[in-house]
Amino acid sequence: MAKTESTLVNMVLALLIITAVAGGSLGMVYKVTKEPIAAAKLAKQKKAIEQVVPGFDNNPTDEAYELTSKEGFALKVFPCKKGEELLGVAISTKTEKGFSGEIKVMVGMKPDGTIINYSVLEHKETPGLGSKMQAWFRMDKGNQSVLGKNPKTTKMVVSKDGGQVDAITAATISSRAFLDAIMVAYNTYMDNTDAHSSATTKSKGGQS
Amino acid sequence: MNQWKNFSKGFFKENAVFTLLLGMCPTLGVTSSAINGLGMGLATTFVLIMSNIVVSLVKDLIPDKVRIPAFIVIIASFVTVVELSMQAYLPALFESLGLFIPLIVVNCVVLGRAEAFASKNGFLSSMIDGAGMGLGFAMALTILGGVREFLGSGKIFGITIYPEQYGMLVFVLAPGAFIALGYLIAIINKLKKA
Repeated sequence: MAKTESTLVNMVLALLIITAVAGGSLGMVYKVTKEPIAAAKLAKQKKAIEQVVPGFDNNPTDEAYELTSKEGFALKVFPCKKGEELLGVAISTKTEKGFSGEIKVMVGMKPDGTIINYSVLEHKETPGLGSKMQAWFRMDKGNQSVLGKNPKTTKMVVSKDGGQVDAITAATISSRAFLDAIMVAYNTYMDNTDAHSSATTKSKGGQS
Repeated sequence: MNQWKNFSKGFFKENAVFTLLLGMCPTLGVTSSAINGLGMGLATTFVLIMSNIVVSLVKDLIPDKVRIPAFIVIIASFVTVVELSMQAYLPALFESLGLFIPLIVVNCVVLGRAEAFASKNGFLSSMIDGAGMGLGFAMALTILGGVREFLGSGKIFGITIYPEQYGMLVFVLAPGAFIALGYLIAIINKLKKA
């Protein structure tokens, strides 16, 4: 077959056909993969919720609602109930103070704010340093662990800044960001729960 | 046989990473573990084979002056296919590679093979060339990833060989990629001479 000449019509036509075919086939692939992608994301979210607030028997995704933090982030709150009792809430929180961009964390709290567990959903921290946060803050060594602690009584700031949590070695910025994400969730949840439950006090002196 | 030559040339003699030093961005970026290297390598292999096939089939229809944009569109389409399917069926791998998958588009190995080989050769040769180059790239990335993972965190493919705290952290970080790649190239050159 002879090579097509580089005339204007040929060039325009060739590019037009190629982009049209490419666009069409991508649209098809998108359609095919749309549901599995959504399912994979949902499964991940569910797994994270199960990890941070174990033992619930409702469907937290159905009862989820949104709260807006002081920073303007929309946080998703997943109430986890067993029967009628509220075991805790899983809050998908984030921070922009990471070493390289956003960190998204799912944190589970009892209704009084005590941290049950957490799961790092997304981050772009340095591999081998900041990326250790998934394991670091649950290790029961020194003051590393945040599990079972209540930000109301424990100062959720790295010890270098006068807090009570040991930062990841060589990743203080990532540690600060991680704790910041947790505090965003805690403050937002507490502020919004205070409004209709007088059991929790409004004062949060010395918490931030 | 001739086709075997096409394959082995890309796989070893003209290995994209160790000999041509092409595609350094994903090479250095994703190889913090062997599994990441393998995943990236196979994704690139798929794109390479498919784009080589398509380019070799349509090469006569594309006017010379617009061949580069045409190739880029073809490559970009396959990259998007890989990205979407990985997101759908291998979400865990997508998470660790996610950032680098779109960069396959500008991986010079892919465009280089489309331009230098597929646009001048037939369908079968182009496919085999793509497979050879791609698998060579995957092999190189897996080896580099394995070395870095072993030295940096004491694991290979996630299996612990020695406790992590004795690992040299630098190998997991960017500088370690350069150091490890340099030594690997030196070793390969030595082997080639022998």
